[in-house]
Amino acid sequence: MYAFNVASLIPALPEIFMAISGMVLLMVGVFRGDRSTRAVSWAVVAVFIVTAFLISRVSGPGVLTFDGMFIADGFAVFMKQLALAGSALALIMSIGFNEREGIARFEFPILFLYATLGMMLMISANDLLALYVGLELQSLCLYVVAAYRRDDLRSSEAGLKYFVLGALSSGMLLYGMSMVYGFAGTTRFDTLFEVLSSSEVGVPVGVLVGLVFIAAGLAFKVSAVPFHMWTPDVYEGAPTPVTAFFAAAPKVAATALLVRVMIGPFGAMFDQWQQIIVFVSLASMALGAFAAINQSNIKRLMAYSSIGHIGYALVGLAAGDKAGVGGLLVYMTIYVAMGIGTFACILCMRRKGRMVENISDLSGLARTNPALALAFAIFMFSMAGIPPLAGFFGKFFVFKAAIQAGLYTLAIIGVLTSVVAAFYYLRIVKVMYFDEPAEALERPVGTTLTVVIGATALFTLLLVVNPGPLLSGAAVAAVSLFGG
Amino acid sequence: MIIYAIAFYLFAAVAVASGTMVVAARNPVHSVLFLILAFFNAAALFVLMGAEFLAMVLIIVYVGAVAVLFLFVVMMLDINFAELRQGFMRYLPVGALIGLVLLAELILIGGTWVFSPDAEIAISDKFYMSGEVTNAHALGLVLYTKYAYLFQTAGLVLLVAMIGAIVLTFRSRPGVRRQKISAQVGRRVEDSVELRKVKSREGV
Repeated sequence: MYAFNVASLIPALPEIFMAISGMVLLMVGVFRGDRSTRAVSWAVVAVFIVTAFLISRVSGPGVLTFDGMFIADGFAVFMKQLALAGSALALIMSIGFNEREGIARFEFPILFLYATLGMMLMISANDLLALYVGLELQSLCLYVVAAYRRDDLRSSEAGLKYFVLGALSSGMLLYGMSMVYGFAGTTRFDTLFEVLSSSEVGVPVGVLVGLVFIAAGLAFKVSAVPFHMWTPDVYEGAPTPVTAFFAAAPKVAATALLVRVMIGPFGAMFDQWQQIIVFVSLASMALGAFAAINQSNIKRLMAYSSIGHIGYALVGLAAGDKAGVGGLLVYMTIYVAMGIGTFACILCMRRKGRMVENISDLSGLARTNPALALAFAIFMFSMAGIPPLAGFFGKFFVFKAAIQAGLYTLAIIGVLTSVVAAFYYLRIVKVMYFDEPAEALERPVGTTLTVVIGATALFTLLLVVNPGPLLSGAAVAAVSLFGG
Repeated sequence: MIIYAIAFYLFAAVAVASGTMVVAARNPVHSVLFLILAFFNAAALFVLMGAEFLAMVLIIVYVGAVAVLFLFVVMMLDINFAELRQGFMRYLPVGALIGLVLLAELILIGGTWVFSPDAEIAISDKFYMSGEVTNAHALGLVLYTKYAYLFQTAGLVLLVAMIGAIVLTFRSRPGVRRQKISAQVGRRVEDSVELRKVKSREGV
């Protein structure tokens, strides 16, 4: 009654490869003990690279497998490779950190691997249930790595807080899904789209209620206002490489999910969800700009900054067309590069063998460590959106899409809030370049960190020279989402 | 049919009565035991409805895991239940009012319930209702084929939960003597038993 064919699973080959490699590496770790941590970490990075390669090979225009629950299309390829890059860079940064802090254990890279696998499944979800299990796989790993430094009170607090609020958001998501299933009679994304767009009497109220709850649950995962409360505490408490990871890869996956759910199954309800996205985007931009001004801890500042960035990215979704989604993809790519680079700089903030996290600790960095100060300044200028750095292009494309879609208010408020946000980015530059030097930070910073900072800084600086591949890649991915 | 009715009323009455006793019992351990009784009767009701798989799962999960967990918590935590119960009479009117509202809502829902025509077709499906296919079999037919993806991913979630629990709680303490089964099994007579000639009136 159900024909099974191994070849039909080929679209999910990268994910299957990842899951099996994770189990093999887990066994290696169990038998070789914690001295294999370094080897397992690099092996996981290698798995990420191989998976990224496999992804580009197996997917075509919207291939379905697992009875239609899993989709591998151009959009998935783009987002998955972005998430893999973010995870790999964050993992590379964590190796040295964990060894210095004496918390290196082989489970850490394994948890990164399964979190990333969860992201892959989220991005490829073509069914509400598949969405949910992928999300839970990712979230469960994230809760554990947030509390990974278990002897540290703040890390435990971060893990617990993230867990409780994450469970709440999962509950909202599930409630919304059950409403949608109850009123539409299906959980498949493509069937949902047909059902919702074909009904003559309009969309049932139950589906609308479900949509609101699903949007709320997903807004929680991308930490958009008004569901952002967990972000500053979790970012501050979690170990710094974990924070870098949180700011990059899960954001990419959750944004991809939000875009896929809104454009795909609920595409016919554009008028309804556009209001929600516009509000969430406005509120996130405003909060990200104003709440960060008063922060003295750089990780908290980055948390508010990430809330703001999600607001800008959602401007692209609010436009709801190919240009908007393409702009969102460009924005997320640039955001991942900037975010990882900034956190790599933060990881260099060590004094007497301990991490320091205050903005005042950076004062006079330009004189004590000019190269690091220069890289930090590049990231800060880019985050503020000052041309010709990469951050400017991200903002430019989303605002352009918003204006083309007639969302003038959103674009104007976005530009205004980015001016306000520029204040606190530039304040860091001012502290580094014009304040009296504090005690010098520890040197050397380590080869891997130098490479990560160098690579992301060059990307941010030189994107203006050849933005073509990124723009065309994002455009292709966006078109594939609209079934063209 | 009469036996069916008798069984239903018996199990239903015991379930309601034990539910009341969960709230009313003075000793919290008794409350948990009544809760287990309520679970068993609910499972019996499921059996009467032909949902034997659900009945077994209810017993395994709720009695085997949840109720035992409750029992542990009740026994291990030093909670003064007499103190918690103070003000019971004061809150009784509010509680009763909420209960009545809930009951009214249930009646309203039940009274206006309309079955979709599809449901009747599904119920009369020969394949699942012939009795030849058991619940577990019917579930397995879709769980391992149509929903294999979700099944496998749920397995991965459980694997991560296991890794996470170990990462967050396991500490290797130095100086703990562990059982070495290979050493125990590999022990030979010569290693531990020594035969000596003992002369009479002399010690070893």
